[in-house]
Amino acid sequence: MKSSGEISVQSAIKENRIHKIKNHTITALMYLEIIAVAIIVLVPVLWIVGTSFDNSSSLATSSIIPKNPTLNNYKKLFAGTDFLIWYGNTLKIAVVNMICSVFITTLTAYVFSRFKFRGKKQSLMLIMVLQMFPSFMAMTAVYVLFLNFGLLDNLYGLALTYIAGQIPYNVWLMKGYLGGIPMSLDEAAMLDGASRLQIFRKIIIPLAFPMITFLAVSTFMAPWMDYVLPRLLISSDSKKTLAVGLFDLISSDANNQYTQFAAGAVLVAVPITILYVALQKHLIYGITAGSTKE
Amino acid sequence: MEIESGKKMTPIIPGIASAIIWGLGQLMNKQYIKAIFFFLFQLILVIVEIATGNYFTGSYVIRENGGFFVKGIWGLITLGTIPRKMSLTGVTDGDHSIMLLVKGIIVMLVALIFVAIYAWNIRDAYKTCKSFNEKCTRLSTRAYVEELWESMFHYIILIPAALLLMFLSIMPIIFSALTAFTNYTKTNMPPTHLVDWVGFKNFMNLINIPVWSKTFAGVFSWTLIWAVVATFTCFAFGLIQAVILNSKRIKFKKLWRGIYILPWAIPGMVSLLVFRTMFNGQFGPVSQFLLDMGITSERVAWFSDPNNPNLARITLLVINLWLGFPYFMALMTGIMTGISSDLYEAAKIDGASPLDEFKKITLPIVLNQAAPLIIMSFASNFNNFNVIYFLTDGGPTNVNYQFAGATDILITWVYKLTLDNQLYNMASVMSILIFILIGSISIWNLRRTKGFKED
Repeated sequence: MKSSGEISVQSAIKENRIHKIKNHTITALMYLEIIAVAIIVLVPVLWIVGTSFDNSSSLATSSIIPKNPTLNNYKKLFAGTDFLIWYGNTLKIAVVNMICSVFITTLTAYVFSRFKFRGKKQSLMLIMVLQMFPSFMAMTAVYVLFLNFGLLDNLYGLALTYIAGQIPYNVWLMKGYLGGIPMSLDEAAMLDGASRLQIFRKIIIPLAFPMITFLAVSTFMAPWMDYVLPRLLISSDSKKTLAVGLFDLISSDANNQYTQFAAGAVLVAVPITILYVALQKHLIYGITAGSTKE
Repeated sequence: MEIESGKKMTPIIPGIASAIIWGLGQLMNKQYIKAIFFFLFQLILVIVEIATGNYFTGSYVIRENGGFFVKGIWGLITLGTIPRKMSLTGVTDGDHSIMLLVKGIIVMLVALIFVAIYAWNIRDAYKTCKSFNEKCTRLSTRAYVEELWESMFHYIILIPAALLLMFLSIMPIIFSALTAFTNYTKTNMPPTHLVDWVGFKNFMNLINIPVWSKTFAGVFSWTLIWAVVATFTCFAFGLIQAVILNSKRIKFKKLWRGIYILPWAIPGMVSLLVFRTMFNGQFGPVSQFLLDMGITSERVAWFSDPNNPNLARITLLVINLWLGFPYFMALMTGIMTGISSDLYEAAKIDGASPLDEFKKITLPIVLNQAAPLIIMSFASNFNNFNVIYFLTDGGPTNVNYQFAGATDILITWVYKLTLDNQLYNMASVMSILIFILIGSISIWNLRRTKGFKED
């Protein structure tokens, strides 16, 4: 006969073992899940990279690991299309958009966060809500406006529309951030005789730097893959942007250059993806800042 | 500032003087530079009107002789009176209603700026005179500019953003809203036809003409389902992924996160076009793979099978999940790092299971903090043009619908109405309806956020 003490020790050991098995199973299941998701995430990515090196132009036979890897698609892309020009145009718009947006947004948000004036809340609300107007008709109006002021088929005109379009949300985001910087800093500087522009330059900008980084990255990204605006506002071939150029490679039925498209897609995606992954800390920071406690 | 002795006058007098000739009141107040400043604006106003008009021909008809301002407002009201016509002598110069409409709105906005300066001019003449009467001193122009910079600093800084928004955001929106009250369609295209104001007729058509109301009901309900399910799946899956990656059991967290962030990092249009080719019905590799594996006996037309619109819808939602979950995963990771670990330790002491911890601590905090962003994401899914347009282009076709396919959401339908079918007035009606819905959700949402409650 076993004493009750022995039994309890044994059952404790047994329980412990069950617990361990259960523990391992959970860990294994979790790994299974994250590996499965990783595969699902990676397959389309690898497929497009593989296709860009594929020798045949048919898609059905293309695979992640091409049978006869070749650089032909890349060569054709550079020789046969204006890919580099599209790239340059888009880069130009992106840089102009980034610089102007950050400048205007930060100053505007500074005013909204630090000054009290009539119509402040209403105007902030107005611009936030107005930009919800989903309108392709609005583009007709932009088209006529640009036609009258000679901005049609002009890269800077296009950049202007991006700058204007991003002001509301970014001002809102930046205003929220600046609200977290204590007013006492401004007041102390004011007592020392600093002007408001000095306060902005010497206090606000350095302290808001994480958010400024986020704004810079997100405004730089915006024009890369926007399709509708350049389609409507740009007409000449030499001013096409990447989105329009790439889409044209595969959109018309007579023009199915899928493998060249794949090469182009890889060339667009790689630098942007690297930028994103490298800056992910800032980006996560930025989107989290958009969420706010109540 | 200097003390002057001068005759006092009632402040009304310079006020009225400025109302007649801009700056005249300032002249009476002996503020010469300011007087010139205001007068310049009136000069610009008159010169622009005369230079763009045709004022020295004897007779005066607005359509023939009006300048930028007068003709602009005339155009907005009438939308033109004479269409372009072919005659024996060639094409006669007609009115282009849409050009007139847009120009009219631009003129109204520019005029608004001038009205503001005009009001400021009168107010300034009145106030300066009044303060002179009280204190017997007046500010030099230089001191005034300095004071102005101090007291108006915020408005001055806001000018660039305000101008940009006024002309590139507000003007186009006014235009497209006004179009809903016209008969601007492909059968009535300027410049050979004139567009007219028709009041609420288009809104009535949406209700009264069955094919319109039926399409609207169908597209609208799919838009709602799409927006709710797309937002929910991305949020839920993003949250699950974030929780799993946060667990102590998982090693190489950075590697996994780096992989998962890829769909967010890769430009959306590239991914969408890649999926469009992968799921192509005729030669896409996904169909090929299923065929090779013997899972299906023929190629699956994912996006184009008119008998199976739900397949296209589900495929869309799945692809959207691939695209959308990383954003929420990143967001949830960010929020979860901010949750104090004390909470979890206290829960452990109380004997809470991991599931309890999730349900009682993580979920409420995450939901509370991310609520504004979830609603914003709902709004953007509601208008998620890119996913629908680049993957299915609204297909498969639906013969019961008016210019819409089975997966068309409102925004892509509007696009088709605008660009493919040129039913501009109906597209605008739809835009206004979407705006009322999304706009009110957004206002409600914004009012709850911290940024708005503070001031």
